[in-house]
Amino acid sequence: MTGFVPTDRPPSAPARLVDDFTPALIDVGAHHLCPGCGEPVAMRSALEAVDELGLTRRAIAVFGIGCYTAFSNNLDVEVLQALHGRAPSVATGVKRARPDSIVFTVQGDGDMVSEGLQEVLHTAARGESVTCIMLNNGVFGETGGHMSAATVVGQRTKTSLEGRDPDLHGRPILLASLLAHVDGAAYVARGLVNSAGNVARTKKMLLRAFEAQERRAGFSFVEILTMCPTGWFVETEEAPGYLEDNLAAVHTPGVLKDEVDR
Amino acid sequence: MSPAPTVRTRGTLVIDIDACKGCDLCVDSCPPGVLVMTEHETNARGYRYPRLLAGCTGCQACSQICPDFVFQVYKYETPLELPGGPS
Repeated sequence: MTGFVPTDRPPSAPARLVDDFTPALIDVGAHHLCPGCGEPVAMRSALEAVDELGLTRRAIAVFGIGCYTAFSNNLDVEVLQALHGRAPSVATGVKRARPDSIVFTVQGDGDMVSEGLQEVLHTAARGESVTCIMLNNGVFGETGGHMSAATVVGQRTKTSLEGRDPDLHGRPILLASLLAHVDGAAYVARGLVNSAGNVARTKKMLLRAFEAQERRAGFSFVEILTMCPTGWFVETEEAPGYLEDNLAAVHTPGVLKDEVDR
Repeated sequence: MSPAPTVRTRGTLVIDIDACKGCDLCVDSCPPGVLVMTEHETNARGYRYPRLLAGCTGCQACSQICPDFVFQVYKYETPLELPGGPS
């Protein structure tokens, strides 16, 4: 096929830049995450939301431990590193010590649901004015790809090669659905980043969650379903469909609770 | 002989091919379908990478879905008519 448009330099005809290589607040775009990973996509949405709301100078992120921790030292916002699953408690301390800051955690499903479930539940129950973001791909990506507490029934991981078996492994914990029933939570939503349209919808959820914190409405939580083709044993281009058919069929996307205006 | 077909092109990209890991997400997300992965050519790290055909709308679907931040998206002040389109 011929007729490719040159893409090695900016256009010569008058044009305006509408989206740059390095997203807002990410200093260095290069990272070692696998091809087709959904976590950088979610990270971009979260940081663009912080940027759009003009919260950069007040934002303090608390990172859990997972593949996404690769971003902890190349962001333009302050980042604190918490131990496995403990980010919501660290975030609580930061928010109480610095009430004017905007504090958000970035954690995976392994970190938040398997290792630190009590931390996020108690933080929500206390109604702390922090925002917790969970990147849910149903697998412990960083430590080798084993099953997490959010892995859906039938999902293959390194420790459930035949698929998660409910008789042997139990059933997944649907964290956003659980948190929606906690009184201290003002905003609970579940998004996904398997298409450009869903990325845009997820970003709206993140904007609303930060708004909830800004207005001190209570605890806010956004779960984001992300692709992990390596951990799922699927091709990168099949991962968005796999996410839709498997993870999103159980962890249903949508706004589960919005009491920000109450 | 009829004139060569053209296609309305509202936007364009700069692609950082060496940052690409060849995951194909951009190709599948592109609404006008103007991104095509190379078949044999690879970048410095050995990955295939996308190339652009005429007809880009500057919609940013590729840049928003790209895990490796490979795209810079421009919108033309005035749309161009570039050679290409269905032959």
